[in-house]
Amino acid sequence: MNILEFTLLIGMGSVVAGFLGALTGLGGGIVIVPLLTLGFGVDIRYAIGASLVSVIATSSGAAAAFVKKGYTNIRIGMFLEIATTLGALAGAMIAAKVPTPVIAIVFGLVLLLSAFLSEHPPLRSPTDDRLDPLALRLRMDGSFPTEAGLRHYHVHRIPVGFGLMYLAGALSGLLGIGSGAVKVLAMDRAMGIPFKVSTTTSNFMIGVTAAASAGVYLSHGYIDPGLAMPVMLGVLLGALLGTGLLMRARTRILRLIFSAVILILGIEMIYNGLTGRL
Amino acid sequence: MPPLDSRWTDRRVEAIVGDILRTGVITAAAVSLVGGVAYLIRYGRDLPQYRVFQGEPDDLRSVHGIVMDAFSLSRRGLIQFGILLLLATPLARVAFSAIAFALQGDRTYVIITLLVLASLLFSLSNLSI
Repeated sequence: MNILEFTLLIGMGSVVAGFLGALTGLGGGIVIVPLLTLGFGVDIRYAIGASLVSVIATSSGAAAAFVKKGYTNIRIGMFLEIATTLGALAGAMIAAKVPTPVIAIVFGLVLLLSAFLSEHPPLRSPTDDRLDPLALRLRMDGSFPTEAGLRHYHVHRIPVGFGLMYLAGALSGLLGIGSGAVKVLAMDRAMGIPFKVSTTTSNFMIGVTAAASAGVYLSHGYIDPGLAMPVMLGVLLGALLGTGLLMRARTRILRLIFSAVILILGIEMIYNGLTGRL
Repeated sequence: MPPLDSRWTDRRVEAIVGDILRTGVITAAAVSLVGGVAYLIRYGRDLPQYRVFQGEPDDLRSVHGIVMDAFSLSRRGLIQFGILLLLATPLARVAFSAIAFALQGDRTYVIITLLVLASLLFSLSNLSI
């Protein structure tokens, strides 16, 4: 296989990953690393670098649309980005020190957890109409447009959310993924932020989080232009197609299939990590 | 806390942030695509070598080196320059937010935003090491 064939195949695989990721809301980044390592025999460090670049592209592209529609809460995003960027820096620095089989195993575990959470979302903390003094001080309470007009919401348990965001950032930096699932978990479940606001604000934060670890990756030589180019352009194109279709498609079955794929990839990653092949 | 300048509503800031992100991604993708096509024309028949990690050459690891490579129209340098523009997009968004919060007179959020900006700059400054 020469570079032209290799690039086209990876580009097509990335389109599919971006498409399914956008359609199911699980993000395309999470299948890019298994695709490159298990499917094409790419060293996991190059794979993580390419994946991270594609994560910045898709999240920034999608965030541009969401933020204009008024769903994204920029204040919540900005505040929690302190935690995610610090976590991302730590994660990227740890990635340089840890042996690659360990990264593969952690990656596999995160895949298993994502597949599980996708089918068994944890219970939402009970809605709480009392005002949280810290949220008031930080002017986080907001509103977003619905069909029935503006809906107002209050924010709670900021320290818990902040801690989870540090973890999300560290995973993002260690594995080259967006960690959207953990970010939504922190905002939707722990902080009581409405789902629509959580998902769009999480998306908004992913670009900044990934950029924080990408700088470290670049200086360590993980980002190869020949590999990152088809992955970034492919995932971007796929996500664009997927988002356009999102309003009409029935995603229930697709989501189930995608979760099953993630589950299998998770087992493969752990197996290959344990046998020292990655 | 009333805004210092009532023209800088949250809605307007959101619209500009959206434009910054969109412009950044489109520019980055276009530059990488041009570099990518040139790269494939020149190296398309070679064999890919990603099985063993060697790390990128020094010039593709630093901001300075990437900019120099791009200006000399190196194919891989051009792609990497597109990727650098992509990394700069969230940075530009955060920098603009800092200015917007300052114009709104929201001192708490100016500090919060500057903290995030510092993390990003620290990460990128690592590049020149």
